[in-house]
Amino acid sequence: MGATVKRKEDPRLIRGAGAYVADLKLPGMLHLALVRSPYAHARIRGIDASAAQALPGVVTMVTGRDMLPLCDPLPLASSGEGSEGGEVYTGRVRHVLAVERARHAGEAVAAVVAASYPVAVDAAQTIEVDYEPLPVVSDPLQALAPGAPPIFEGLNDNLDHRRRRQKGDVEAAFAAAHVVVRQRMLNQRLAGFPLEGRAVLAAPDPTTGGVTLYSSTQTPHQVRSEVATVLRLNENQVRVIAPDVGGGFGVKIGSYPEEHLCAALALQLNAPVRWVENRLEHMLATTHGRAQICDIEAAAAADGTITALRMRIVADLGAYPLAPVLPDLTTAMGVGVYAIPNVDLEAVSVYTNTTPVAAYRGAGRPEAAYYIERAMDLVAAELGLDPAAVRRRNFIPPDAFPYKTPTGLTYDSGEYDRALSKALERAGYAELRREQAHRRAHADPATPLLGIGIACYVEMCGFGPYESARVKVEPGGAVTVSTGISPHGQGTGTTFAQIVADQLGVDFDQIVVRHGDTATTPMGIGTMGSRSLAVGGGALMGALARVRDKAIRIAAVMLDVGPEEIELCERCYRVRSAPHRALSLAQIAARAYSRKLPADIDCGLEATEYFRPPDLIYPFGAHVAVVEVDPETGEVRLRDYIAVDDCGPRISPLIVAGQIHGGLAQGIAQALLEEVVYDANGQLLSGSLMDYAVPRADFFPPFTLDQTETPTPLNPLGVKGVGEAATIGSTPAVANAVIDALAHLGVRHLDLPLRPEKVWRAMRGRR
Amino acid sequence: MNLVINGQTYQVAKDPPRVLLWVLRDELGLTGTKFGCGAGYCGACTVHLDGVAVRSCQVPVSRVAGRAVTTIEGLARGEELHPVQRAFLEAQTPQCGWCMSGQMMTATALIAANPRPSEEEIIAAMDGNYCRCGAYARIRRAVARAAALARAATEAV
Ligand code: FES
Ligand code: FES
Repeated sequence: MGATVKRKEDPRLIRGAGAYVADLKLPGMLHLALVRSPYAHARIRGIDASAAQALPGVVTMVTGRDMLPLCDPLPLASSGEGSEGGEVYTGRVRHVLAVERARHAGEAVAAVVAASYPVAVDAAQTIEVDYEPLPVVSDPLQALAPGAPPIFEGLNDNLDHRRRRQKGDVEAAFAAAHVVVRQRMLNQRLAGFPLEGRAVLAAPDPTTGGVTLYSSTQTPHQVRSEVATVLRLNENQVRVIAPDVGGGFGVKIGSYPEEHLCAALALQLNAPVRWVENRLEHMLATTHGRAQICDIEAAAAADGTITALRMRIVADLGAYPLAPVLPDLTTAMGVGVYAIPNVDLEAVSVYTNTTPVAAYRGAGRPEAAYYIERAMDLVAAELGLDPAAVRRRNFIPPDAFPYKTPTGLTYDSGEYDRALSKALERAGYAELRREQAHRRAHADPATPLLGIGIACYVEMCGFGPYESARVKVEPGGAVTVSTGISPHGQGTGTTFAQIVADQLGVDFDQIVVRHGDTATTPMGIGTMGSRSLAVGGGALMGALARVRDKAIRIAAVMLDVGPEEIELCERCYRVRSAPHRALSLAQIAARAYSRKLPADIDCGLEATEYFRPPDLIYPFGAHVAVVEVDPETGEVRLRDYIAVDDCGPRISPLIVAGQIHGGLAQGIAQALLEEVVYDANGQLLSGSLMDYAVPRADFFPPFTLDQTETPTPLNPLGVKGVGEAATIGSTPAVANAVIDALAHLGVRHLDLPLRPEKVWRAMRGRR
Repeated sequence: MNLVINGQTYQVAKDPPRVLLWVLRDELGLTGTKFGCGAGYCGACTVHLDGVAVRSCQVPVSRVAGRAVTTIEGLARGEELHPVQRAFLEAQTPQCGWCMSGQMMTATALIAANPRPSEEEIIAAMDGNYCRCGAYARIRRAVARAAALARAATEAV
């Protein structure tokens, strides 16, 4: 472990031989296309499909009403944290196809199944839907205003829930403060935009009377349970397979209407049915992320000590509550890496006539890091202090762990100043400040403005309630691992194989890691929230320990010594005092399945283990961004980027680096480029790559990656999770850098994304 | 009409009008070429037409008749990987892999036209190929390395 190995995933990927859902073809396969509401809010008065039905190649056409007997309503998250919110739903119902009302532009209202995809699309275009447009609320603040039209009938307003976290005497701290800073900050809506969109292929399964569902998902087991519920099947009648998946970033968590629809229609038509998302559908009908507005206030002493923090967040959930817990994660992480005794943090979650908002890389935690890290810079600017010094003044000290936050969490371990010091040193911080002062003093109007931005982040990972792993040593000595996690590009299968090689003494090439098939893997939660190694790895370690113990017991019998005499060393199970007496795992495995196995040892050599993490874990790090702003155009060039991330020990350093690169790309893009925009009528204005700016190759400088290593005591590998960390750190680091570049012009805050025009206006004092 | 793809001749219908990408994927089962946007922006669908990198989602199949099309499936010679594939493998370039066929086809065309691309030329050539997984740094390194491997291979001949 800790070594550099080759990813097991890559040989097929570089030959174009990956098998993603849209690459699969089954005999007799039919194709599904959807009719989507052009209105953000409308009553559906009638649907006329006579022209579609008449087209050659069309098999069937269904509306929401047609699907009512086949599909129960889709699962919606309950209000508040977890599933114990206890709210009873009144009008909040979501169907596979909208029945009476469409609540966001792009909600599916009818579906066509045809022999080919082009025919299905053409037929869908001939379907005439009679809509009665209803008043639209696309802005979350307006959605909360008195008199705003309610999106769900039977509810008085558009409030999903509010949750407040309070500790200490906030009023008194603000009254006694030397300075108070206040700022409204937007955390703009983003799209996940995995390059492979969603895709579903459902086929009837004659063995069970249910379906086999291929889906581009991060959570096959969750999809299985949800499809079983909606279609009123047993879970063992639904098999979900996530083959190669072309990225997820959170937006492929849980089931979507299309999975239920394809499954139900495959059963009804007794034929495989496939749907592949196109890019506009992705922007309209795959969940978005972020979408918060935060009013933040910090009270500080003259030396920069933050004495109290207030936040009021309005979080836009979109048209259906799919992940209403996320804004409450933002307040939970509200104090970041700082010891702030008095807090009053509230999140108000509201519905709007927009695409539902759910997880996107970081999911609730990037928002928190952005707010608190921007606030740190505001305090530093207000007091004329160095932003690094203000952070150091407020860090939770290393001896305070495990640390109880005022928001009710327990941070497991951390050494925040160590990460910051390392990042500043790698960046050459003092020299950068000198360069900045020099540029400002010798203001040549053509010289780019230099900005240095710092972000110290902590995030929350290792979500339970469990993860699973099964380790099976085959009779010939090869090892097969089945896991409930479902990697989709991370390379976690490779990391798992490394751990197995190390823990069982078997060749890396003899190991196969299976995931993403509910028929062959034990129950699992899936891959999200940077949990795969922290939680899935815990299960793997548990199963490996049991298999190894048993291998040692069998080896002891074979070598005629006590089990305590056997050690695993250099791929051999050998006698401590006589190392030449040694067995390979293959020899032991042969015995485990043979007649010669002693009667008091169970047959076989395998174990299934579930790991239940005792608590959440908190990776952290410090990032420094160095930017140059073109004074003529407002264009921001990222000159240098230093990321010091602490995810505990790194089992596969290259795979960790891959995750950090990807995380940085997405976090930096939030700061500078990306934004989903709606107009007042709830029409999406950023539906394609023309208007939704995903970063390209020329956008990034080479990154400088470094690390500190603080293991967590809460899982067997000591690992903390790294999939989202770099996204969380980089958005505030880059935002702070750009605003720092303009600080001498009196600029204190700008909302993201920091595109040239906005920066240019700010430089000229025109907001 | 006849299409020549990776040196093999395939017969496909002339009508209805459709683009090369879907003919490759849906009719000929060559699914290594991917769909990312269908609008010519993302580069996931890149193939070679007479050795030049083109976006197959924008190419009417009628324009391709009789010309040489190369897809990712045609890059390796049997078991022997193309230098670009070797370099991408060595650098552990992929994350999810979805963009990789397009990246490698663009890189191959670049190196064929310019065996010694500078860092800037690599970035400029690869700029039209999105990677949402953010593998750009490794892609750059892999392309430079691929150029070196390809030069070594030609010099050895
Ligand atoms: S699919 Fe052809 S360029 Fe995106
Ligand atoms: S590897 Fe996933 S899009 Fe490039």
